[in-house]
Amino acid sequence: MSTSKAPYMSILATVARNSLIREMTFRVNFIAHSLSVMCWTSLQIIFYNLIFQFRDSIGKDTGWTKFPFFVFLGTVMIINSLMQTFFIPNMREFSEMIRQGNLDFVLLKPIDTQFLVTFTRIDWSSLANLILGICVIAYSLWQMAFTPQIVQFMLFPLYVIAGVSIYYSCMLMMSCVSIWMTRNQSLDQLWFYVTTFSRYPLEIYKGSLGLPIRWIFTTAIPILLVANVPARVLAKPLTADQFPLAIYSLVIACIGLYVSRKLFLASLNRYRSASS
Amino acid sequence: MTGRLTLWWMIFRISLSERLVYRGDFILSTLIRFMPIITQVLLWTAVIGAGESDNIKGMDIGDIVAYYLLVTVARAFSSMPGLTHGIAGEIRDGQIKKYLIQPIDLIGFLLAKRIAHKLVYYMMATIPFGIVFFLFRDYFDGWPPMHVMLAYIASLGLAFCIGFFLEATFGFIAFWWLEVTSLMFMYMLMNFFFSGHMFPLDFLPDWLRNGFDCLPFQYMAYFPCAVFLERMTWEQTINGLWIGFAWAVFFFITTQLSFRFGVRRYSGFGG
Repeated sequence: MSTSKAPYMSILATVARNSLIREMTFRVNFIAHSLSVMCWTSLQIIFYNLIFQFRDSIGKDTGWTKFPFFVFLGTVMIINSLMQTFFIPNMREFSEMIRQGNLDFVLLKPIDTQFLVTFTRIDWSSLANLILGICVIAYSLWQMAFTPQIVQFMLFPLYVIAGVSIYYSCMLMMSCVSIWMTRNQSLDQLWFYVTTFSRYPLEIYKGSLGLPIRWIFTTAIPILLVANVPARVLAKPLTADQFPLAIYSLVIACIGLYVSRKLFLASLNRYRSASS
Repeated sequence: MTGRLTLWWMIFRISLSERLVYRGDFILSTLIRFMPIITQVLLWTAVIGAGESDNIKGMDIGDIVAYYLLVTVARAFSSMPGLTHGIAGEIRDGQIKKYLIQPIDLIGFLLAKRIAHKLVYYMMATIPFGIVFFLFRDYFDGWPPMHVMLAYIASLGLAFCIGFFLEATFGFIAFWWLEVTSLMFMYMLMNFFFSGHMFPLDFLPDWLRNGFDCLPFQYMAYFPCAVFLERMTWEQTINGLWIGFAWAVFFFITTQLSFRFGVRRYSGFGG
């Protein structure tokens, strides 16, 4: 683990450029993947449009009527797109590096290991969803009866970053488990299914089935905060009752980044090379 | 004939053993796959609770939850993980030539292997499926009558046949295209939507719903569920079974043709 200073922004720019060159080498694949990602998201839009043919809102008196809900959906798209573009492929790669012993080569480099593991490559084709998410939000805000204040537009990116940080911390901690388990394929699958919970508004988690889920996923594994907080900051009027959850989300993001960093460093001490 | 049966029995037994190696991981991953059902229950409870009536197009929350659970059963029959990619991969890297020079029918071999894998899946998945269905038992109105059950079993068999032959055809397209990943992704998207995996097809407007009847996808998810939940008349059920059978035969023919014509243009090099 190196602690020497390195021009991180310059390295990040090089990684971004190299990833783009790599993807442009297979242009048709790049376009096909971008279109596939957008098709998948479009199906979600069709699905929720269908639901709003039958009902005015998701849940009674929740405030998640059609266009505020589409702001929520757009927020989910943006956050998932950022995760898929920057972190998810790299975290998967990290688990594989541990299994195959290739982490040795990363550890030997004179740069922060977490930085290098996090930004090995950038999946540019997944950014298609980010553009689609922004379009969905823009259209929904235009259609909504309520117009957000400027401060809400300013807070939205902050809470998106907080949401991505929470996701990233959870993923990094889960990837660290690979060092102990060597292989965590089931955990990878578990992560995929667990994150489906974060794609719905908090208000649907009620009753004997929903409340325990809501409690677990806002405290122990706080993924319900990821999209819910930025979406309600933008889609609903800014009122005092939003503050506790918003502040809690920022605190959790900071704690998550700190704890995941500590866990990452601790787990590296447990790493045993698999190569000769 | 006896020799041929022994051969298939051997393939079947090897595939069984292969599949049983990672049984613990398999039970856990099957159980995990039911997690989205929880969000579907909560989502549809919220959606239905937001309106005056307790149902959408005649489906109350019990019917919807039962539908999503039954979709997982139907998909367990019709989904063929790794089949297309496996065939395409073997065509691409030349591995397929080993089947071409052996006295074995490749499609029959793949079918025997898949049946063995599915049987192990059903045996192992009984535990997680049993747990989930027990937990959600209140959403079901009990077992349907015997004749409906028989039609349901037949529809699951057809779902398996359509799924197998359709995905095998996609695999053999690799004789022409080599890379079928994007094609498969588009197929999976269409299947997810058109088969009724995403939501019950009854929710679609009638003009669109009628259009879906012309496609094979609904026989891989929606149709078996609709039969079990008795959402169609007996006459419609029988008609549906015949149409499903016709699609199975159609894809059986496309599999045979794509393989036969594909082999003609295939070139294998090296030892």
